[in-house]
Amino acid sequence: MSTYILKRFLQLIPVFLGATLLVYFLVFSLPGDPIVALFGDKPVNEAVAAKLRMQYHLDQPFWMQYLLYLKSIFTFDLGQDFSGRPIAAVLGEVFPVTARLAIMALIFEAFFGIVFGLIAGLRKGKLFDATVLVASLVVIGIPIFVLGFLLQFTIGVQLGWAKPTVSSAATIPDLILPAIVLGLGSFAYVLRLTRTSVIENMNADYVRTATAKGLSRFQVVRVHILRNSLIPVITFLGADLGALMGGAIVTEGIFNVPGVGNRLYRAVLSGEGPTVVSIVTVLVLIYCLSNLLVDLLYGWLDPRIRYDS
Amino acid sequence: MSASVDFQEAGYATERPLLEIKDLAIGFTTSNGEVNAVRNARLTVMPGETVAIVGESGSGKSTTALAAIGLLPGNGRVTTGQILFDGEDISNASEKRMIELRGNSIGMVPQDPMSNLNPVWKIGDQVRETLKANGLPSGPDDVAKVLSQAGLPDAGSRAKQYPHEFSGGMRQRALIAIGLACQPRLLIADEPTSALDVTVQRQILDHLDKMTTELGTAVLLITHDLGLAAERADQVVVMYRGQVVESGPSLELLQNPQHPYTQRLVASAPSLASRRIQAAKELGVETDDMLAPSETGVVEPAKSDDVLQIQNLRKVFKLRSGLGKSTDFTAVDDISFHVKRGTTTAIVGESGSGKSTVAQMVLNLLTPTSGKIIFDGVDTSTLNSKELFAFRRRVQPIFQDPYGSLDPMYNIFRTIEEPLRTHRIGDKASREKKVRELLDQVALPQSTMQRYPNELSGGQRQRVAIARALALDPEVIICDEAVSALDVLVQAQVLNLLAELQSRLGLTYLFITHDLAVVRQIADRVCVMEKGKLVETGSTDDVFESPQQDYTRALLNAIPGAGLMLPPEMDVA
Amino acid sequence: MTPDNTTTARHSDSRRPARRTEHFVADVSETPLQVTDRVKDEAAPLSLWGEAWKNLRKQPLFLISAFLILVVVAVSVFPGFFSQIDPTSEACQLANSDAGPAAGHPLGFTQQGCDVYARVIFGTRSSVTVGLFTTIGVLLIGGILGAVAGYYGGWIDSVLARINDIFFALPLILGAIVMMQLPMFRTNKTVWTLVLILVIFGWPQIARITRGAVIEVRNADFVTAARSLGVSKFGALMRHVMPNSLAPIIVVATISLGTFIVAESTLSFLGIGLPPSVMSWGNDIQAAQASLRSNPMPLLYPAIALSITVLSFIMLGDALRDALDPKARKR
Repeated sequence: MSTYILKRFLQLIPVFLGATLLVYFLVFSLPGDPIVALFGDKPVNEAVAAKLRMQYHLDQPFWMQYLLYLKSIFTFDLGQDFSGRPIAAVLGEVFPVTARLAIMALIFEAFFGIVFGLIAGLRKGKLFDATVLVASLVVIGIPIFVLGFLLQFTIGVQLGWAKPTVSSAATIPDLILPAIVLGLGSFAYVLRLTRTSVIENMNADYVRTATAKGLSRFQVVRVHILRNSLIPVITFLGADLGALMGGAIVTEGIFNVPGVGNRLYRAVLSGEGPTVVSIVTVLVLIYCLSNLLVDLLYGWLDPRIRYDS
Repeated sequence: MSASVDFQEAGYATERPLLEIKDLAIGFTTSNGEVNAVRNARLTVMPGETVAIVGESGSGKSTTALAAIGLLPGNGRVTTGQILFDGEDISNASEKRMIELRGNSIGMVPQDPMSNLNPVWKIGDQVRETLKANGLPSGPDDVAKVLSQAGLPDAGSRAKQYPHEFSGGMRQRALIAIGLACQPRLLIADEPTSALDVTVQRQILDHLDKMTTELGTAVLLITHDLGLAAERADQVVVMYRGQVVESGPSLELLQNPQHPYTQRLVASAPSLASRRIQAAKELGVETDDMLAPSETGVVEPAKSDDVLQIQNLRKVFKLRSGLGKSTDFTAVDDISFHVKRGTTTAIVGESGSGKSTVAQMVLNLLTPTSGKIIFDGVDTSTLNSKELFAFRRRVQPIFQDPYGSLDPMYNIFRTIEEPLRTHRIGDKASREKKVRELLDQVALPQSTMQRYPNELSGGQRQRVAIARALALDPEVIICDEAVSALDVLVQAQVLNLLAELQSRLGLTYLFITHDLAVVRQIADRVCVMEKGKLVETGSTDDVFESPQQDYTRALLNAIPGAGLMLPPEMDVA
Repeated sequence: MTPDNTTTARHSDSRRPARRTEHFVADVSETPLQVTDRVKDEAAPLSLWGEAWKNLRKQPLFLISAFLILVVVAVSVFPGFFSQIDPTSEACQLANSDAGPAAGHPLGFTQQGCDVYARVIFGTRSSVTVGLFTTIGVLLIGGILGAVAGYYGGWIDSVLARINDIFFALPLILGAIVMMQLPMFRTNKTVWTLVLILVIFGWPQIARITRGAVIEVRNADFVTAARSLGVSKFGALMRHVMPNSLAPIIVVATISLGTFIVAESTLSFLGIGLPPSVMSWGNDIQAAQASLRSNPMPLLYPAIALSITVLSFIMLGDALRDALDPKARKR
């Protein structure tokens, strides 16, 4: 097991380095003066530009720039944004909000996705199954910002059941509606994954053998079908945590949630390159860590993987 | 022996059947409407008795057995008839009643040990839940006891392992332990060993026999092998296309089959056929060697030389293990043998013996680590790409899986034409003529040309594969388990076809198989492989009559039907 | 290893005499013997694609989605046929700002006073173009790289797997956002800029699917059989492996087409996709966002058009998956 973890961890390092290198390359090494570009349409402030050139070591060769950039990430010395605040402090402010939102979305999609998927799978071909299948396709098919506006308008504005926008404190009740919107697509996916997996396992030979042992239907479902079906679902949920944090841009924009996505969006619009790079790097890091988490979960859930190494 | 056996012997007339199936019909609802899988099925199992249902795939044998434990697939149901278990009709019993019966009254040992244990639970847990569900004590000691009774050594610690840490034979023992854990009165054993190596098969069946005899358990054994059924069961029931065509005491049925289907089955079953040849040889009766071409063949091979010479062949695979490390695995270890032109040489071995690796190397699809393969006087490793292309015309393969060896996107014409097109032989019209001839040769109607592989049965696909292999008029054909996946009668048909083609075209066969019974029927020479090494080689007669090695003897003993007395001649109906 | 012969044959077992002697034989006329392994030649020959098409034709999901896609494609090619009103900003009259439906203007007007129906019709083309050409690009790059990696294996496969991992760490939208703010892409944005960027971040998925499909087929016996017939390695890839790997690739490509349309509209909605001068549903939704509470209709209609289009492609992919399911093909 420990070699397995180590192997997985070592495999993540090139991914992290590659992804950050890619982002860094895109922002700082393509044709054109990156610093001038960072100001976008605004007039170039020479003092800030000089500071930025220093900060990003643009006088050094490319690989040196990149190494120094990596060092700055791991020492949390991320520099300042255009309003002069340390980027690390900005991240410390917005990340907890997005983490809260993503975890709420995860709980929502996991609970409802698994329950609905299990029922649909066990009742394959029946009315409930058919309805849920079509409904999940519709949810997957409608873009998230359309869904967001739809729910914001109906539930938030017309019905008044929830606040259409989130307060700056971003409390848990505030975040319920955005979390549902954020998790809806994955909810449909979890549902379909659970359903497919349950149907596959229902036809597995060991399930028939378990029935032949004299186990009750409930025991067979709980011990053999559900447990085995959850392996791919939990694996997906682990990876989705990273995706939800990175994918919250649209949802946060619609509901005005003061989170990572919102900050990233504003940084992109105002052309704050350093902030963009920093946020994306942290998101890549979260993605890598959540993938590591998935591997650990996978090894824990499936003994075949655990002993493979 | 327990007292119950004495009671059984006291009188059959007063005894009530444990399982009685009367006029059973089972239907399946499919997208094409209702399909009748079983009709008029009838059989009786007395307490403590073993009854075997024999049939080919699709005969309804498993469906009938599954109905007896209430495990028909969701779209299947008993439409008419009765299943009486100890006098109670359970054909449409409630699920609640079936849960009561399963495990402690009716147990099951399934077919495939690889897929019938849940991979995420320990073996011990899977035994424990069986005991618990049936209200029996289920402590670690009870679990270990059940497992060790099934012949699993070191059961206490084995119970803590997961299925993937068990070999196939050990898994099957665990499944037997589960099936018999609650000492049921009836055990349904659905092809309990057909997924295992032959020598392991025999050990497991012997053990199952011993346990059920001790416990006085009645067994309903499902098998495709008539020899095995006759050897293991008191009564044999033969099923064909969903119907019972014949049933009776096993020996009586074997010696005096009445229904034409049973007669065919008795004539074709490889285990029986090979026993018959053996019996005939021992009595000094001259046989036609069943299928192997006689010495006075129709076509006398032009050159009676060694068309293939295998010299000190070795193949070492590098297996990756952990972080960048690798270990060597010797799949084929220093083997040498010769193949005479116009004869059949069989390489026999169990899984992992390296026999298929040899085939791949002879086909020049794998490069040997060392050693030589000399084809018609030329070392095949020295061929350049042009010579290799020419070599491919002369040596052709036929593979095991009739579902995998034909491209599903190609129709039969394109499939058989491909070798001709690849080697730029003839024009379009002459190629079509050739394809028609080839289809005639393998006894398929010419209209098959327009069909796709998914429309053909396994045997028909194998015929197409043979036609494709013959298209280039090769000299050597490598048959890698070419008939193993086929049903008994179809298998006999394809073997006959191969023998006929050999005598007509003077072909040389290298026959890779795990089934010694088939070898007895068709091979002139046998090479026995074990764990990469060649342990014995000789003429088929010599090897079968006086095997020199323990391993060969074990393989021979594993052919079912050793204890059966069979008449040497059997008219094929 | 030597089997124990004493327990094998029941018939030599004196404890168990054969107690029943009844020998049942079924009436042969009721259980006639059939020719072993006869070719059934009643039905017309049917290829796998033919069979899939036969199944598809009966599926309502397929019929509905295929019809909708045909309509969407027709609208994007001949928008003038569906609406004669000029939807560009120059032709819009502020007097009509946020007005409701009127004669000749069934869906009302935007805040700019443009005809909503005309804008929805003329906005179709950019979505379809981005979706279609991104998919083609992704299929070319991802398909070729994935097939090569899966078929030849070795170092190509290892390198590609790492590159794939790196791109997966950067989700489509995130990657596109970073790219879009580059100086070279900030100005002169067109539909093709978007296609380029979506291809760059979209190909790894197709590469992964292709690789998996090719690996599943490359060891099939029919490929080995072709190789031992003398077909070259590359020939076997083109003639046998690729045709048999197509089904899952087609399914994923169809669904991806939908996701690329979503990506385009999302980026446009965020204001970093197509420039406002280009008519697109994403831009219209963004423009209508400000007046959502007072007049939700200009947002609703392009959103409905977008959703129906995307849903059609996803439904089509789902129907294709059912019809081309490799598990069902094995029988």
